[in-house]
Amino acid sequence: MTMLDFQFFIEVLVGGLLSGLMYSLVALGFVLIYKASGVFNFAQGAMVFFAVLSFVGFMELGLPFWGALPVTVVLMVIVGMATERFVLRPLVNQNENTLLMATIGLAFVIEGVAQMVWGVDVRRLDLGIKDEPISWLADKTGVFVSQLDITAGVVAGVMVAALGLLFSRTKVGRGLRAVADDPAAALSIGIPLKHIWMLVWAAAGVVALVAGMLWGARSGVQFALVLLALKALPVLIIGGFTSVPGVIVAGLIVGGSEKLAEVYIGPSFGGGIEGWFPYMLAVLFLLIRPEGLFGEKIIRRV
Amino acid sequence: MMDMTPLQISERGFAIGQPILELNEISLRFGGVKALTSISFDVRQHEVRAIIGPNGAGKSSMLNVINGIYRPQEGSINYQGKPLANMTPTRAARMGISRTFQNIALFKGMSVLDNLMAGRYLRTHAGFLEVALQLPRARREENENREAVEEIIEFLEIEHIRKTPVARLPYGLQKRVELGRALAAEPKILLLDEPMAGMNIEEKQDMCRFILDVNDHYGTTVVLIEHDMGVVMDISDRVVVLDYGKKIGDGTPNEVRSNQDVIDAYLGVAH
Repeated sequence: MTMLDFQFFIEVLVGGLLSGLMYSLVALGFVLIYKASGVFNFAQGAMVFFAVLSFVGFMELGLPFWGALPVTVVLMVIVGMATERFVLRPLVNQNENTLLMATIGLAFVIEGVAQMVWGVDVRRLDLGIKDEPISWLADKTGVFVSQLDITAGVVAGVMVAALGLLFSRTKVGRGLRAVADDPAAALSIGIPLKHIWMLVWAAAGVVALVAGMLWGARSGVQFALVLLALKALPVLIIGGFTSVPGVIVAGLIVGGSEKLAEVYIGPSFGGGIEGWFPYMLAVLFLLIRPEGLFGEKIIRRV
Repeated sequence: MMDMTPLQISERGFAIGQPILELNEISLRFGGVKALTSISFDVRQHEVRAIIGPNGAGKSSMLNVINGIYRPQEGSINYQGKPLANMTPTRAARMGISRTFQNIALFKGMSVLDNLMAGRYLRTHAGFLEVALQLPRARREENENREAVEEIIEFLEIEHIRKTPVARLPYGLQKRVELGRALAAEPKILLLDEPMAGMNIEEKQDMCRFILDVNDHYGTTVVLIEHDMGVVMDISDRVVVLDYGKKIGDGTPNEVRSNQDVIDAYLGVAH
């Protein structure tokens, strides 16, 4: 391999890993809800779309960046909590399929409301970070990595790490795991179920906003953002639905491998394998390790 | 009947004191079905109080009333001399009432240690930033919790399964872990819902020993429901007997044993 080839390889890999962290961030919204209530929240993608569309909408109404941000955060907290209160809580004790269907319905409602309020135009989101290679890095190593990608990767990484810490080490995190495992037992040791659920949904709303802003800045604020939910699926399957570290690792695997596959083996398939490669990987995982890399082993006593 | 050393009240670590829990004229209905009818009894500090009765007598309903899962339509409850209203399980836990369940309710995916640590939920106060920055309080709490849990693990003789996910444990041990989780909260009152149901003789004896040890060592007041009359008579200070949602007997095991209504309820009588 020549030096140039190697630089190119690194470029592809780094780009992939960084976008992988952004997948992790989307997947994290799912993990939050799944951990606390065992629900696969199909509406997470719609929440991402709604969040960033509202953010851009507030800016169009004349709010500056630092004004629109807190307003949207508050809005997403309210949306999250309202979802818990009015959609999920009345369905407590229903089976998983019912809950899944409810979130699918919710996804359509959120998508509809978002477009009704803010319109259907594709918008640009300028975070003030250029989508250009970092010049000193390019000069020194000859590797071109976009500033925006780096920023997005770092933000996603920090967010994921913070939530990971929240889950594994804090009172709320432990309460959350307990609630997901056995609600009655959790109540009996004094864990306030409803507060925990509300908190988790609020957090999922905020995570959706951050993910939406990063993806919106990169590929435009548009309806296609709801499809991020589908991109998060292989990440969740590979990482395990309940694991925050799993989501990070799986995001990196998916992001890195899909870009490398696209560039190096894509041509022999006629290209465009980026779209399905992660799913193939996920299917392989389902066959070999169905609980995912870090998921809790499913133990059944017979 | 099992072979167990009879209880020596005088040897116990804590003397039985004033009533800590008083139930007055409790009535509970589910629609038209009367689960409990005008039941009154009290539980004294540091005692082992049993609620017994045949199937469907209302024992579990009674426990769930104390725990705040059910709200009785009539009657009142005094806890530590103060009337309790609007009880919920979470509030009960905050006031020092811990419980176990008839059909074990453990956090199945977690290890024994994590289950017990979860039991320390209300004893943990450090917030997110304190934990993230490892500030003194967070570190101190973590150590304290860990110490308290290790003590209970030793006490219940479950050191060897500390790291095992509870779903892998046999039934008897799961029951013991559940007792451990309830103890981890350092409760004033421990509610045990059929702690010995489904156990073999050996497991029952172990469980009896642990219940008495807990009562002795920590002075925890124990309210337990049991089906097996023999076991209950051996470990309880006083026994309430329910039948069809009514109280038919209340007193020391010997008093209850010689109560004609109780004998009829248990052995059946021609009406």
